[in-house]
Amino acid sequence: MNIPFSYSLRNLWTRRLTTVLTASGMALVVFVFASVLMLAEGLRKTLVETGAYDNVVVIRKGSHSEVMSGIDRLQASIVETQPEISIGENGKRLLAKEIVVLVNLSRRGSDKPAMIQVRGIGEASLPLRPQVQLTAGRLPRPASFEIIAGANIAKRYKGGGLGETLRFALSDWTVVGIFDAGNTGYSSEIWGDADQLMRAFRRPVYSSVLFKLRSSSDFQGFKELVESNPRFTLEAKRETQYYADQSEMMSNFLSLLGLSLTTIFSLGAVVGAMITMYAAVANRTGEIGTLRALGFRRRNILMAFLIESLLLGLTGGLVGLFFASFMQLLTISTMNWQTFSELAFSFSLTPEIVGQTLFFSLAMGFIGGVLPAFRAARMNIVDALRAA
Amino acid sequence: MEQRKFIVEINHLYKSYRRGSQILPVLQDITLDIAEGEFLALMGPSGSGKSTLLNLIAGIDKADSGSVRVGGLDITALSETELAQWRHSHVGFIFQFYNLIPVLTAFENVELPLLLSGLSRKERKEHARMALRIVNLADRMEHYPSQLSGGQQQRVAIARAVVTDPVILVADEPTGDLDRVSAKETLDLMERLVHELGKTIIMVTHDPRAAEKAHIVRELDKGVLNADIQAGH
Repeated sequence: MNIPFSYSLRNLWTRRLTTVLTASGMALVVFVFASVLMLAEGLRKTLVETGAYDNVVVIRKGSHSEVMSGIDRLQASIVETQPEISIGENGKRLLAKEIVVLVNLSRRGSDKPAMIQVRGIGEASLPLRPQVQLTAGRLPRPASFEIIAGANIAKRYKGGGLGETLRFALSDWTVVGIFDAGNTGYSSEIWGDADQLMRAFRRPVYSSVLFKLRSSSDFQGFKELVESNPRFTLEAKRETQYYADQSEMMSNFLSLLGLSLTTIFSLGAVVGAMITMYAAVANRTGEIGTLRALGFRRRNILMAFLIESLLLGLTGGLVGLFFASFMQLLTISTMNWQTFSELAFSFSLTPEIVGQTLFFSLAMGFIGGVLPAFRAARMNIVDALRAA
Repeated sequence: MEQRKFIVEINHLYKSYRRGSQILPVLQDITLDIAEGEFLALMGPSGSGKSTLLNLIAGIDKADSGSVRVGGLDITALSETELAQWRHSHVGFIFQFYNLIPVLTAFENVELPLLLSGLSRKERKEHARMALRIVNLADRMEHYPSQLSGGQQQRVAIARAVVTDPVILVADEPTGDLDRVSAKETLDLMERLVHELGKTIIMVTHDPRAAEKAHIVRELDKGVLNADIQAGH
């Protein structure tokens, strides 16, 4: 049987000040670690939730996003006649030929410009995205200089509020409605009539075609048709996949940057834990000798000190995670590098991140404690007792 | 005279320490038998090797040559793991500075060696309580060592030493850190363990009053055991 767990726990409690200081150092690193993961997850979630599984996005082959894509009217029309497309309640096809352009807008309270995605929508655009709700005003009339703004735009950008006007493409556009798309990328967009926007921006081509599948299983067939038919220079993706691909680069970059940074920080915390544990071993040399004399084995001693160090790591982990969880209250806005447009998202804490963070903190505790624990376990009984 | 069974038999025991390239002999050709139920005091000046001899009998140090048999078993032939197991069930330790674990209560300190036995929680509790009753500290079970006087701490240590019902008790200067009254109490208690529970005690001491309690006093000088001195008992 092992040395009781309470032995390790109470020793940490006995030297509370050292424990708190060491655990605080670890908590700080854990905080950064968890925050970065939450940031990457928040970004991914925002973009992925933007899509629906049964919706298909068609863009020009090789273009990573709608912004870079162009589909001429003929190809769009051929796609529109495919049998895989679902029919809406009004008897029309649930398909929207959309155009996406970027415009520069200034934030409220500063003159700093940011790129905003403007989306030209069709009749089916709203029914295709049930998560998008008009919360104020009305939809823009076709062939008019009217637009609706996502909730983030209305709140954060000059001229984005209901009844205000925005200037782009050499025209003034009146915001006649505000829409809320929850935590998705649409909340950072401006929508207007597709044909009117194409005229205003003098763009002859659509950016994408979005439609809903009649049956989810039709996707593979449609994809093969579109991508193998030489008439088309298009590619088709499920909407969820399309947005997941968009988030991938940024999310990976954030994770990589964050993990490399926290790895470097964690060295400091690990060294801190190691010093604490070496001091603990040195202070308790006599105790170690006594325990060994009583018949406890080297591995019992090893375990007792390792558990102590793991508990130290766990304490740091829990404290760091506790503070990191408050980051969920924050919303930040940044450039989505895949589309070069502004995207607002929040830190998101998932059970997976909790698991990873606790594992990370335990790993710090383990690495910090393993050498001191070995020193404790390797002590000679007589020498240890003499030190008492 | 009645022939008594020897519980400890030491034969031609040698032990030396290495300091750099120098080899310092500590014990030279020690041969000593200790009968069951004996209370033996080892005396001698500092550095004479008495603690080393005690450590070898208790199985926490390794001899260079010779044998130490305890209860018929040659403990010099045991592996480290076997030795740990053997110490746990056969030896009780009493130290000069009590060596209690400061973060554990008196009860938990006494229970500690029992964690290595196969006893159930309930049995451990009963054994530890009984040991504390023997040393007359049943009312201090929940106290931490820092809340006890030196004499009380040494009694907790004695309770810990007897809780596994070992055949021998080794005591290294058990009264060395105690005032006169506590020292007397501790020695009386050790005497009771010999008389009432039939324990064999091997004690290293400088204290002539402690030696007086012993049945036999043996003196070590520069690693060599002198002839018997029979104590007053």
